Amino acid sequence: MIRVQREDFDVGVELERLAAGNQRIGGVASFIGLVRDMGGDDQVSALTLEHYPGMTEKKLGEIEAEAHQCWPLDAVLIIHRYGRLEPGDRIVLVATASPHREAALAACQFLIDWLKTDAPFWKSEETPAGKRWVESRTEDETARERWKLRP
Amino acid sequence: MRLLYFAWLRARIGCAEEELDLPPEVREVAGLLDWLQSRGGRYAEALRDRSVVRVAVNQNYVGLEHPVREGDEVAIFPPVTGG
Repeated sequence: MIRVQREDFDVGVELERLAAGNQRIGGVASFIGLVRDMGGDDQVSALTLEHYPGMTEKKLGEIEAEAHQCWPLDAVLIIHRYGRLEPGDRIVLVATASPHREAALAACQFLIDWLKTDAPFWKSEETPAGKRWVESRTEDETARERWKLRP
Repeated sequence: MRLLYFAWLRARIGCAEEELDLPPEVREVAGLLDWLQSRGGRYAEALRDRSVVRVAVNQNYVGLEHPVREGDEVAIFPPVTGG
């Protein structure tokens, strides 16, 4: 399931709902992305996330389908927020449920790695020097690429 | 054709969305970027460095050689930074 929303989410409620009513599930893995108070060497007082409505949901749906093809998953949840967020706020939740931990953990990492390079979101930061756009990181590209080498 | 701009490209061009009658000489993404750049001013400045310009046609990432047609939704933006 994909949700793109301005509002915050309750991690406990979401994880419980993901596995509810399915006793085949033996493990739930999750990743929660938070707003940091630093960007490079600069203090960050807020982050604004912009996205491409329509394409965002489409790309996240494709990434979710890809994870289902690669691993035996019973459930996938991706929640990504947009709008203005402050340090400590939750940005993203990726959660996967599977009969066994290996699939849940691997799929969770795959999803966040792919999401970072394929979902059309853009961050801008508020710093003491003013507002600036966050640049993409080659490390993110590398993290995604290694999944292509997976046997 | 519907053109959408995001992030700093939107800010530099000063517009989030515009309708365009596709010029007959424009056949693919590279040609569209050249044509927009030829408008000069903010367009020329914003699109100067193609290494940081990404394009989606009808909500799919595409390369510079991808065809563009009347009725397409074409989005132009910098590399994504979500997650």
